[in-house]
Amino acid sequence: MLVSAGALAYVILLTRLFSIIQWHHFAYMMISLAMLGYGVSGTLLTLLRKRLLPNYGIVFALCAAASGISALGAFLIAQQLPFNPLEIFWDARQPFYLLLLYLLLAVPFLFSASCIGLTFARYGAASHRVYSFDLLGAAGGCLLALLLLFLLPPMAALRAVSLLGLAGAALAVWLFNLRPFFFLPLLAVIALIITMALPSSWTQLRMSPYKSLSQTLQVPGMHVVVERSSPLGLLTVVESSHTPFRHAPGLSLNAVQEPPRQLGIFTDGDGLSALTRFDGRLEPLAYLDQTTSALPYHLLRQPHVLVLGAGAGSGVLQALIHHVPQVEAVDIDARMVDLVRNHFANFSGDLYRRPEVTIHVAEARSFVEASNVRYDLIQVELMDTFSVSSSGLYGLSESYLYTVEGLQSYLRHLKPGGILALTRWITLPPRDLLKLAATSIAAQEREGVALPGKRLALIRGWQTGTLLIKNGEFTAGEIAEIRAFSAARSFDVEWLPGLAREESNHYNVLDQPYFYDGIQALTNTQKQDFIARYKFDIRPSSDDRPYFFHFFRWQTLPEILRLHARGGLSLLELGYPILLATLLQAMLASAVLILLPLWLGLRGESSIRAVPGRLATFSYFALVGFAFIFIEISFIQKFTLYLGHPLYAMAGVLCAILLFAGIGSRNAPLMLRWSREKGFSHAYILSAGIALMVLLNLLASTLLMQFGVGLPAIVRVVVVTTLIAPLAFLMGMPFPIGMARLDAAAPALLPWAWGVNACATVVGAVVAALLALHLGFTGVATLAILLYLSAASAFHGIVGNPKETGLLSA
Amino acid sequence: MLRILVIACFIILQPYVWAVEPDFAAERRALMVEISALAKETRSETGQGVISAQVMEAMGRVPRHIFVPPEVRHHAYRNRPLPIGYSQTISQPFLVAYMTELLQVNKDSKVLEVGAGSGYQAAILGELVKEVYTIEIIKPLAERASETLKSNGYINVQVQVGDGYYGWKKHAPFDAIIVTAAASHVPPPLIQQLKRGGRMLIPLGSSFMPQHLVLVEKDMQDRVRTRELLPVQFVPLTGGH
Repeated sequence: MLVSAGALAYVILLTRLFSIIQWHHFAYMMISLAMLGYGVSGTLLTLLRKRLLPNYGIVFALCAAASGISALGAFLIAQQLPFNPLEIFWDARQPFYLLLLYLLLAVPFLFSASCIGLTFARYGAASHRVYSFDLLGAAGGCLLALLLLFLLPPMAALRAVSLLGLAGAALAVWLFNLRPFFFLPLLAVIALIITMALPSSWTQLRMSPYKSLSQTLQVPGMHVVVERSSPLGLLTVVESSHTPFRHAPGLSLNAVQEPPRQLGIFTDGDGLSALTRFDGRLEPLAYLDQTTSALPYHLLRQPHVLVLGAGAGSGVLQALIHHVPQVEAVDIDARMVDLVRNHFANFSGDLYRRPEVTIHVAEARSFVEASNVRYDLIQVELMDTFSVSSSGLYGLSESYLYTVEGLQSYLRHLKPGGILALTRWITLPPRDLLKLAATSIAAQEREGVALPGKRLALIRGWQTGTLLIKNGEFTAGEIAEIRAFSAARSFDVEWLPGLAREESNHYNVLDQPYFYDGIQALTNTQKQDFIARYKFDIRPSSDDRPYFFHFFRWQTLPEILRLHARGGLSLLELGYPILLATLLQAMLASAVLILLPLWLGLRGESSIRAVPGRLATFSYFALVGFAFIFIEISFIQKFTLYLGHPLYAMAGVLCAILLFAGIGSRNAPLMLRWSREKGFSHAYILSAGIALMVLLNLLASTLLMQFGVGLPAIVRVVVVTTLIAPLAFLMGMPFPIGMARLDAAAPALLPWAWGVNACATVVGAVVAALLALHLGFTGVATLAILLYLSAASAFHGIVGNPKETGLLSA
Repeated sequence: MLRILVIACFIILQPYVWAVEPDFAAERRALMVEISALAKETRSETGQGVISAQVMEAMGRVPRHIFVPPEVRHHAYRNRPLPIGYSQTISQPFLVAYMTELLQVNKDSKVLEVGAGSGYQAAILGELVKEVYTIEIIKPLAERASETLKSNGYINVQVQVGDGYYGWKKHAPFDAIIVTAAASHVPPPLIQQLKRGGRMLIPLGSSFMPQHLVLVEKDMQDRVRTRELLPVQFVPLTGGH
């Protein structure tokens, strides 16, 4: 259980650590591949089973200790490799470094998986209990990782996780009464070294030199003043004694004022937001009226404002300079709010404690869902940075902020005549803003608006654009004000009711008035045709397919690759191709590392070769692995919005699934007995039960979003756990039942089956993300039902004693 | 398997075991041929010439290899960005040529560069114009660029260590300004220091992952407009819109 907890905690920590030193999606890629260590271990154990099993205790202890030591060691060595993912298109050496990284990070997983796989091999008949401990350990590991990330800096958390492996080894030494005697003291010494004696130069995070933070720190006088870590990200506050930050994205070219003193706040070494000095005087902040997002303040009088994505407070300051009587602001990160409210209270002029300002720590979309208040203005701030947004690195991040349902919800929270304002970076050729326009049109249509174009306005500077959606049609006075505001700041009006094509694309000139033409097409009957023929994916995103940042389309790829040498890389949306490359690598590596050695190694073993139904065995364990992870990922996403926070969703749903699956696994014999008494095929009964529960959960997740959002957080967690429990209980059974059947017929194949299952889970996570882009999460969950049904039919192909005596007698 | 390992090791260790200095002049000529071919391709698509003979000649004269650190020197004449230390990069040669072209400078021009980096862009400009003023905030980079430029005879290029936000008032106004340092907005002092009819170029994104280019133009009435450009022809709409 400790080893399994350590392994899962390690996965979560590695994702966090690589998100800091590199970029999120590369982190995902590396870890998916490294998890193949699981599969390799299955292969090794199958081949070396006869030699290892007699020394189970000592091998277990050694593997557990090695998993702990290598967890830390592999990361420390990985940090030293000169891998630069940004150079991957330019430098032939980079793929080799990537390969080295995979191999390096696979080592800890190899050892921890060997512990578990060996345990399955030894206690084959009681595999339902082993599996239940494995799942319970994973549930604990998941919670532990989140807890550690709240309590400790990321590197200290990594050390703590590496101690788990050592603890597992120590426990094994004690339980199996292992010799030699110096084993325990040796483990204690290693633990001490890990905790205290490592040189600090080894254990510092080495961030990529091309992240904004690294580049900023090269500037003389820049230094880190505060660092705060949480599972949401590492916040680094940077102060400059020489060169001011002057962060004012989207500032008009006509502006003459320099921003006042600022502190830079970086999230995971990127994503700069500025904390601006505020001494109560509004004049130094006048530059905030020179950005596109200031427009709605010129259309509304004394509005009640909601700012989504408050961050370090520039949106709130912008509201203040327009003398709003009441502004509410929402930010997901309590630490960011704490920095502004407490740590830098003086610097920020006590911004978040001012009488007209109310700050909420919550996920923006969920906050709106649960709110009963109606606003005059809802401002959705720029929450990502230009470099991230424009390079397509967010392509596969789920965002519930910009979905059709999200926009519907914001619109419903507007007073009559109120305005929803969404500001985005300008990406070229146009992507974000056109997709946002398409999404807003879809949202209005669903709300019964007959002519959405009459309620839309889009203005654009050279760097940012702001889309307004009014709860009502724009009046002639407002239209004149929008024109005047834009002209004074050299912003282009790209859409307004009654705007002529020639009036757009005037100050910040593109080859064609792409924005005007786009919205023109999106607001008339050409809409579907336009979306289908556009070279980027600008279909509205939905809660079921929440991929706002996914713009990649296959048909555009050859054209972009052809332009690569001529600076055309800006057209490439990286997220999707990287995910696909990850999948291909994972499949290739599985074949080479897992299937090939097995095939070679087992050729000599006539006893195994003679076992019929190996294909069915492989299919069964692969299908069960795929189906399990499909459901896990779908429901984490399905309940994310309801639970109100991605972390709660991750911790809550994942733990509930793992915990109840663990309990289900333990109770697998009950199911067997029951189905035998009734004369049913338990494989089909199980699949049908899971199918029913999946459908119920899908229905419930939809109903809860409509009727259950106002409940207190703890009640929501209980509701979701109650819903998930029976599903997970059943999901815990197919694997141990299969193992028991295999144990009776071909015990040599047990570690292999475990490896196949683990691999399917890893590859399945990538496949699920790819499928969700096309089918949505409902589609992925439905597919999981089909996989479970197919697994049931494969089960009958596995050779063995149909009575599963092993499990029943256990 | 062993053979694959040896090849892999060779590729990884290649820069460290490079014993013989390659024929840089020949490589530079090959790069020029490549850039010309790419420019021709662009012309065939867009109907417009993208890189003039003067710019190509300047590119052909400036030895890129002396502006990059020794460990990446063997890649100096490949059409790719390269790391130059201090978290900075030198741009892809095709883009350097394209950006230089966009500035539309002549032998009487005075140009300001914000973000000297390696000094390579300044050297190219130095071949084409009367005076180049370049500012670099990272002192060791500025010193290295200054030394390289001086020792290679670019006496019309002046390097200053400092913050480029306020431009270089003493030598203003400028016919052209190129801002390669990351900026969240166009610094107002730079717009003020741009001559009427002048052009300012801001490449967005990092050198490894270049984004689009923003060209700021100031007309004879001091009105400022921008044009957002890609070095390639890419029409996002297909068919008859």
